Amino acid sequence: MLEIKNLHANINGKEILKGINLTVNAGEVHAIMGPNGSGKSTLSSVLVGNPAFEVTEGEVIFNGKPILGMSPEDRSCEGLFLSFQYPVEIPGVSMVNFMRAALNANRKYKKLDPVSASDFLKLMRQKRAIVELDNKLASRSVNEGFSGGEKKRNEIFQMAMLEPKLAILDETDSGLDIDALRVVANGVNTLRTPENAAIVITHYQRLLDYIKPDVVHVLYKGRIVKTGGPELALELEEKGYDWIKKEIDGE
Amino acid sequence: MREIEQQYISIYQEHLNLLTAPACNLLNEQRFAAFEQFKAQGFPVFGSEDYQHTDVASSFALDWGMNLNRFDFKVNPYEVFSCDVPNLSTSLYFMVNDKFYHAQEPAAKLPEGVFIGSLNNFAQAYPTVAEKYYNKAISTDKDGVAIFNTMMAQDGFVLYVPDGVVVERTIQLVNILRSNIDLLMNRRLLIIIGKGAEAKMLVCDHTMDAAIKFLSTQVVEIFAEEDACFDLYELEETSMQTTRFASVHVEQAASSNVLVNGITLTNGLSRNNYYFNLKGEHAEATLCGMSISDKQQKLDTYSHITHAVPHCTSRELFKFVLDDQAVGVFSGRILVKPGAQKTIAYQNNRNLCATREARMYSKPQLEIYADDVKCSHGMTTGQLDESALFYMRTRGISAEDARMLLMVAFTSDVIDFVRVDALKDRLHKLVEKRFSGELSKCEGCAICK
Repeated sequence: MLEIKNLHANINGKEILKGINLTVNAGEVHAIMGPNGSGKSTLSSVLVGNPAFEVTEGEVIFNGKPILGMSPEDRSCEGLFLSFQYPVEIPGVSMVNFMRAALNANRKYKKLDPVSASDFLKLMRQKRAIVELDNKLASRSVNEGFSGGEKKRNEIFQMAMLEPKLAILDETDSGLDIDALRVVANGVNTLRTPENAAIVITHYQRLLDYIKPDVVHVLYKGRIVKTGGPELALELEEKGYDWIKKEIDGE
Repeated sequence: MREIEQQYISIYQEHLNLLTAPACNLLNEQRFAAFEQFKAQGFPVFGSEDYQHTDVASSFALDWGMNLNRFDFKVNPYEVFSCDVPNLSTSLYFMVNDKFYHAQEPAAKLPEGVFIGSLNNFAQAYPTVAEKYYNKAISTDKDGVAIFNTMMAQDGFVLYVPDGVVVERTIQLVNILRSNIDLLMNRRLLIIIGKGAEAKMLVCDHTMDAAIKFLSTQVVEIFAEEDACFDLYELEETSMQTTRFASVHVEQAASSNVLVNGITLTNGLSRNNYYFNLKGEHAEATLCGMSISDKQQKLDTYSHITHAVPHCTSRELFKFVLDDQAVGVFSGRILVKPGAQKTIAYQNNRNLCATREARMYSKPQLEIYADDVKCSHGMTTGQLDESALFYMRTRGISAEDARMLLMVAFTSDVIDFVRVDALKDRLHKLVEKRFSGELSKCEGCAICK
């Protein structure tokens, strides 16, 4: 589904990604872990087309199409979704208008008619329940005045509405208490199918107790330096990152 | 005296008989006084403190036609303006250029004692009331265009709501600019809201002939007596060829509440002056407005709020969205006079420049001569939030649609000030249409098709 080959990316002339290689197949959940500043969030930003980053080398194939030349909106319509680490507040734009615009843009891309008002509200209600999101949030401005937990649940709600093929969850666990974490993780698990896939970026093993990964990668200094099964996450939780740093920096 | 003023002084002197013939004595008396003032003062001087960015005199320099003979223009607005604003069900009245349209009036009955009609008729029917109020809210030393209007006005529109009367239904006045030649007109509105009385009014400006140049001077006087409550919503949807020099003069007695909301959707050059005089304690004034300007449109807004007595509140919010080479100007003066303690005055001006060529000039001016007051002002001019744009795009929303959603959102709080729900919904939709380019003029009505 997703194939990243030798991806290099800069921000303000500083190289952050130094040759990422990663393949994600349908039905899989990949966890990407790593110490602060290793390039985890940069990777997710580059994948969804954040213009702040410059790709200098490599390619990304998503569903057989090269996507690095695509606009962020086209990548979304192709089925790529990012749950933001810091969801953006948009004062004055209601969740309803925002979500309707997003859903209809996705439908238009697939040459489908806009969703009817009643179907849309039904869909909102259904998907809201998955993350136990309050009805009142729908009429409020996007993320404005939402608590940290509400913002993250709102991200998963949007994911439920858009039904992406590949979801990237960028530190969705940061800023969440245990209850909110469980709600969010349940939401993600509910949305899992054999046809879609997810990349979970996290610092901690904790989230992976709820969202079971098939593959765990360690990102360090802009490269994937270790790949293993779920047991790798447990090992990191126990021993920290120092042993990996030594292994790599010692080379 | 400059050549331009001399030109209008000559017109006045040569055609004084024509000017005075259709007008009542009250208008003519005030006219003679205004003429003397105009001779002394002339039009506002370009480059002077309050006219840094708009050259009034040059707009008058064109070879304008004037309808001093008061010929009727061939138009029946009730026929061409077939749509009422849906779901709003207003009491609908028309002015064609500067003339109240008499031929037909709305079916809905007004409450007992309420007068809506022409200024000349009003002066006949209510001579003492007319004399008490007409031209009394205008601080003559400041506004040369208002003086010119008084000097040239031959009739006008009056809304008079006597003490204690509440007009439930929103009054809508549609001004239609209609001519075959380039036309200068002088429109005059007098609004008197008696003690404890209430009314709401929507004034829409439409240009019917987009190829014709129009220059319209407009003076609105509003008197809100004790405990009166009044809303004025102004909606300008004219043409690139229309120049509007407007002033709204508000006098508020104790515990009165007045809201003025000016929305400019399409225009050419507009200068809107707003003067509020809070003369009675516990009076509340809300002044807000927004404009969506593109191409070479220009809106110059000037406000002057005087807190003359203690315990009054004024709130002010203006927002400009400027695209292409549009120019916006906001100068807001708040004057708190000595002794006007416990004044609360907030002023806010927020602007978006969508291109590098768009220009915004903003100037807050607070003059405070009392020491126990809460006054503040804020001003920002900037671009759309890039992080919000990116966030929306990652959800599939095109860059263009995302910009539009953000611009609509930016102006929505000005419309939220509207205290008539149906009108508020309508305006939200009109603004969306304006941003999406679907609206070059007002929607739905026959004159714009």
